Amino acid sequence: MELGKKHKDINGFIFINLVRLMFAFLVGLLLLIIGIIAVNGYPVMSLDFLISSPANNMTEGGIGPAIFGTIAVTFFMVLLAVPLGVSAAIFLSEYAKESIYTKIIRTSINNLAGVPSIVFGLFGLGFFVLFIGKNLDEVLQTGLLFGQPALLWAAATLAVLVLPIVIVSTLEALNSVPKSHRDAAIGLGATKWQTIRDIVFPQAKPGILTGTILAISRGVGETAPILFLGCAFFLPNLPVADLCIGDYCIPMINPTEQFMYLAYHIFILSTQSANPTKTLPLQYGSTLVLILLTILLNITAIIFRYRFRKALGRN
Amino acid sequence: MKELKISVKNLYLKYGEKTALDDISMDITSKQVTAFIGPSGCGKSTFLRVLNRMNDLIDNCSITGEVLIDGIDIYDKNLDVVNLRKRIGMVFQKSNLFPKTIFENIVFGPRLNGVNDKNTLNEIVEKTCRQAAIWDEVKDRLNEPALSLSGGQQQRLCIARALAVEPDILLMDEPASALDPISTAKIEELIHELKKNYTIVIVTHNMQQAARVSDYTAFFYMGKLIEIDKTTRIFTKPSVKQTEDYITGRFG
Repeated sequence: MELGKKHKDINGFIFINLVRLMFAFLVGLLLLIIGIIAVNGYPVMSLDFLISSPANNMTEGGIGPAIFGTIAVTFFMVLLAVPLGVSAAIFLSEYAKESIYTKIIRTSINNLAGVPSIVFGLFGLGFFVLFIGKNLDEVLQTGLLFGQPALLWAAATLAVLVLPIVIVSTLEALNSVPKSHRDAAIGLGATKWQTIRDIVFPQAKPGILTGTILAISRGVGETAPILFLGCAFFLPNLPVADLCIGDYCIPMINPTEQFMYLAYHIFILSTQSANPTKTLPLQYGSTLVLILLTILLNITAIIFRYRFRKALGRN
Repeated sequence: MKELKISVKNLYLKYGEKTALDDISMDITSKQVTAFIGPSGCGKSTFLRVLNRMNDLIDNCSITGEVLIDGIDIYDKNLDVVNLRKRIGMVFQKSNLFPKTIFENIVFGPRLNGVNDKNTLNEIVEKTCRQAAIWDEVKDRLNEPALSLSGGQQQRLCIARALAVEPDILLMDEPASALDPISTAKIEELIHELKKNYTIVIVTHNMQQAARVSDYTAFFYMGKLIEIDKTTRIFTKPSVKQTEDYITGRFG
């Protein structure tokens, strides 16, 4: 080949532009979806819409209880899924010796991620409500308190659903901590637990938060798993009860109550309402709120992750 | 007559079925530098890790034989490994500072021992940094990330961190192999300084380095200890032909 003459890489040119086109298509599609929802949902947006209850057979009013329910369920879900998932990952990655059993566990975790979400719903009803809840009632002599669909069991079911996400991302985060750092800590006389607590875990925190972000996004958008678990068509009251210590009372989320859920609310507005056409603006509004809520929850977690990363001296 | 610090008798180490160390016996003298040389994979690093039981962490590793430090069998079932490692500092091939500040890196060991008093920690940092000849370079930036230091500085900081737990033995696994000649010279100078107070065992690929820094040199080959003697002797008239071949570059 002649020196000085630039070689044309035709295939590379075609490929890179094809990739660019695909990318533009994807981003365009996403913007289109969000755009349609934003444009149609924006007119119904108001503070009143965000805090008031649905009214007049679901054709008017707001989505306040659904937003509250979504945040409450997500909160309990994270509370259950993250400690459990992180502990499981720490055990698998740091303590369990590689064997046929750990292989089975790893495969199960991956398979768990592929189970259809409606199956989780049925599992939640059978396991949490009918087995754990009913037995709790019997043992604690609480009548029918735990043995019915409720916020707590919905959160627990969603927690099981997102568990693989938390475990897998935590595992990846733990594995990315260099072995040399563990060696250094052990060499300085740290016990295994001290090494995990002081060296491995702090470095894995951003990765664990990434898992939490993904888990929240997944959980907030799910409808099927909570269908049978206390997700209500319409509730006049929020799932709140006063927690009293002596004379001093504070309102707390009552996890044994039923609740409204944004994703489910959108589903009923569009399919179960007496007049779906009339509820169309409300559907768009609710969807827009759901998207914004997901983004908001994500941003919160991203800010935390950024802080953790900064504390580690990276960006 | 020099005092005996470490005494190893008939040590075998296996990874599963594969023998990595084959019948090693040697004595290491107190407050002297002992260098381990030999071709890659000869077992010298593995043997170094035997001395503070770092191989415990490897699943299928089994060890037989006896390792005495100050007359105490460190593979005794009742021995507290964590305490053992606190008496033996270790410096690795590549700097493995934690992603924390310079200060926090050095006090990691003392903190594990329950030292939390700010003044005591400050004293420890200054003392060990001076010992590791890095104080002047870090004294004004103790709260900066340790990873912002240069490679050579990081390695000296690793030495300071190892010294902070007040060990009496210092194990170094090719501590200068990733450094430039100037940084290497600094580390070697430091080793000279440190041997007044510490028993130092250093693994090195660089035979000139072994000749420069050590009092004793051990030559390993294929998991066996071929020869250990005074460095001057090993490098002038070794008693085994294999050692001579390796040193003169005829193989390895």
